[in-house]
Amino acid sequence: MSAELKGLLKDYEPGSFYCEMLGNSTDGLPHTKDILARLDRLKPGALRRRSKAADRELFNLGITFTVYSDKDAIDRVLPFDVIPRVLSAQDWAHIESGCIQRVTAINRFIADVYGEKRILKEGIVPEELVLRNSNYRPEMEGHQVAFGSYVNICGTDLVRDDEGVFRVLEDNARTPSGVSYVVENRHLMLRSFPDLTDKIPIRRVSNYGMKLREALAEMARPDIDEPRIALLSPGVFNSAYFEHVFLAREMGAPLVEGRDLMVDGGYVHMKTTSGLERLDVLYRRIDDDFLDPLSFNKESVLGVPGLFEVYRNGNIALANSVGTGVADDKAIYAYMPRIIRFYLDEDPILQNVDTHLCREPEGLAYTLAHLEALVVKPVGESGGYGVVVGPKASKKEIKEVRAAVKAKPENYISQPVVGLSVSPTLIDSGIEPRHVDLRPYIITGKESWVLPGGLTRVALRKGSLVVNSSQGGGTKDTWVLE
Amino acid sequence: MARYMHRAENLARVIEVNETFARNTKGENEWLPLLALHRDEERFAKYYAQVDATSVVRFYVTDSENPNSIRQCSYYARENARSIRHLVSLELWAQLNVFYNWASSLSPRKLRMTELSRLCGKIKESCQLHHGIVETTLYRDQIYLFYKLGKLLELCDQTTRLVDIKYHALLPSAVDVGTPLDVAQWNALLRSAAAYHGYRRVYSRGMTPTTVAGFILLDGDFPRSVKSCVREIRETFSVLLAREEFREIGFDQSCLVELELLCNKSPDEIISIGLNQYLDQVQLRLIELGNQVSNRFLMAHYSTE
Repeated sequence: MSAELKGLLKDYEPGSFYCEMLGNSTDGLPHTKDILARLDRLKPGALRRRSKAADRELFNLGITFTVYSDKDAIDRVLPFDVIPRVLSAQDWAHIESGCIQRVTAINRFIADVYGEKRILKEGIVPEELVLRNSNYRPEMEGHQVAFGSYVNICGTDLVRDDEGVFRVLEDNARTPSGVSYVVENRHLMLRSFPDLTDKIPIRRVSNYGMKLREALAEMARPDIDEPRIALLSPGVFNSAYFEHVFLAREMGAPLVEGRDLMVDGGYVHMKTTSGLERLDVLYRRIDDDFLDPLSFNKESVLGVPGLFEVYRNGNIALANSVGTGVADDKAIYAYMPRIIRFYLDEDPILQNVDTHLCREPEGLAYTLAHLEALVVKPVGESGGYGVVVGPKASKKEIKEVRAAVKAKPENYISQPVVGLSVSPTLIDSGIEPRHVDLRPYIITGKESWVLPGGLTRVALRKGSLVVNSSQGGGTKDTWVLE
Repeated sequence: MARYMHRAENLARVIEVNETFARNTKGENEWLPLLALHRDEERFAKYYAQVDATSVVRFYVTDSENPNSIRQCSYYARENARSIRHLVSLELWAQLNVFYNWASSLSPRKLRMTELSRLCGKIKESCQLHHGIVETTLYRDQIYLFYKLGKLLELCDQTTRLVDIKYHALLPSAVDVGTPLDVAQWNALLRSAAAYHGYRRVYSRGMTPTTVAGFILLDGDFPRSVKSCVREIRETFSVLLAREEFREIGFDQSCLVELELLCNKSPDEIISIGLNQYLDQVQLRLIELGNQVSNRFLMAHYSTE
């Protein structure tokens, strides 16, 4: 530990992992020096009190996800760690350009697989992997959107390995969530820790709603001067309802549910107290399946009958487009470096984590031979479910996953265990290193823009590498310095 | 949301007044009228063996089986606000959220008789804080106007119900007129409606059924009177219908006109009509008006051509 830290952080020991505050050396990083010194001066008791007050405030403000029982709505706060995660301007410039490159390639890929299919014809990506993917929507064939921007909101999950190199863990090109926490965490930090934030040049995140609105407006039919935008939510029972409220408010757009909308005369309309109002852009937080019972899942009561036809006719823009899930599938992920080279003729700025496809004989053989050292992931799942971390798995779990991979190799990929950087985190016994990831948000209309911040998720359980909120994860404020 | 928060406030008011002022000659509190006021006798009997202070207070404050309890009012108010959370101010949502979280975690200790007055005070203050936040932060578009209509309809309805029950409880006691008990009962009625001091200023001497009922229902300066509420409902309607988006909408105002006619009667006239009948007429029109508003504006049907 750095000789300069004698207070709060004197026992902090990140071990062999890359530390977001200290880097790989004991001297710390130049851009965190000032922040570290301020943190070090805080008393543990006072910090804990302020942390509790921050939790209470999140609860009172209703920055929560809601669990419903028969009679009650129980609001839960996503655990918030008060020690920020700090990124230097150089690191950010690298992440920013890498994310934009990746989203650009993803959009080109989607346009291609629903259009000419060059990448399939040239054998860069196996055809059946795309066309037989459950997220591939044949209904989208030949549909073009403004600027070729199919993915208007993308969340790219990054991790940082032992050398401090950022790597992409996965792309979220359907309906990535969590951005409300980025903005609210910042507001909370500014209110609760004026002493920590004072005179630190942190790039602001509060204009996300405006930027999103601008991009969505660009997606409307070009002959419409002032496009009308609404946010389509599954409703109050959805656990992300707070985020829908937040985004609607920040965009100054109405929040609607399927039952508030109807299709008439070739357009989508919103029912209001004074009649019908035509909508031009819909930011939908509903999965493809539930969007339109006439085109997709017939049982859906969340969607709007006839919506997809209006969309195909170009009379409403949807963000994100239908069928974008084909690009963020874990099986496609492995091909992403090749996809970037194919469309952009550039080397990837952000590296993937090395990935072995069990559908390919070499990948399967390697995976089965190194199960104890690899992370095995099922391809269709999200939220960290079904992931087996070899070095931490029991003999029984290894046996089970071996059988599962052998039975259906195409359902699995494997990756080496990535160290995952750590960040000092307040826990019951003091300040300890906990593993973190980072999800930047990329908004794309005519051009792409990356919110200078992003969601830092932290695995609060000691040693855990799983940061998902459903598996005991919390969040941190993410500071990008000027 | 407006209706639930006013219901909660009125409940707190009535419970507090009942505890303090409504004692019979043996010094016992009468809790049955409280159940009658809300037409809750049956529901109450389903869950409680006897009508006493502890069970009635629990029934009306923390009972989640009673949709009219303060806990449930705060729950519905919050859920209403949640469904339009993107439209209401942050303060409005946060305060309702805090109020519900408090009301739903009240321990039995907090309901003890010795604590009751403090508890009711806190509930009233929370509701009043809500009203204040609405007045000072809610954006004044149609949402605000519909909120206001809901609030006024509820307030008006509460006032008529209060008079209805209390008046009947008091009327047979003609022999007691002028006795200390009788005065205490009138006191209780006036205080439940937050009308005591206003009444005293207008009628500094004496209390008769006619002057008390007349004041609570018809005094144009008493904010909870039917007359004041109806006047404000009229004002709110004129602002609402003058708005750009509602210029073309026809709204049948005959119900409102009838309410205004009812408010122009004198206290003696309504006693001679029969108070019970008079209150029925007012209540029916309030319900009708409420239905008209939700059918015309809030649940409009759209047909596909």
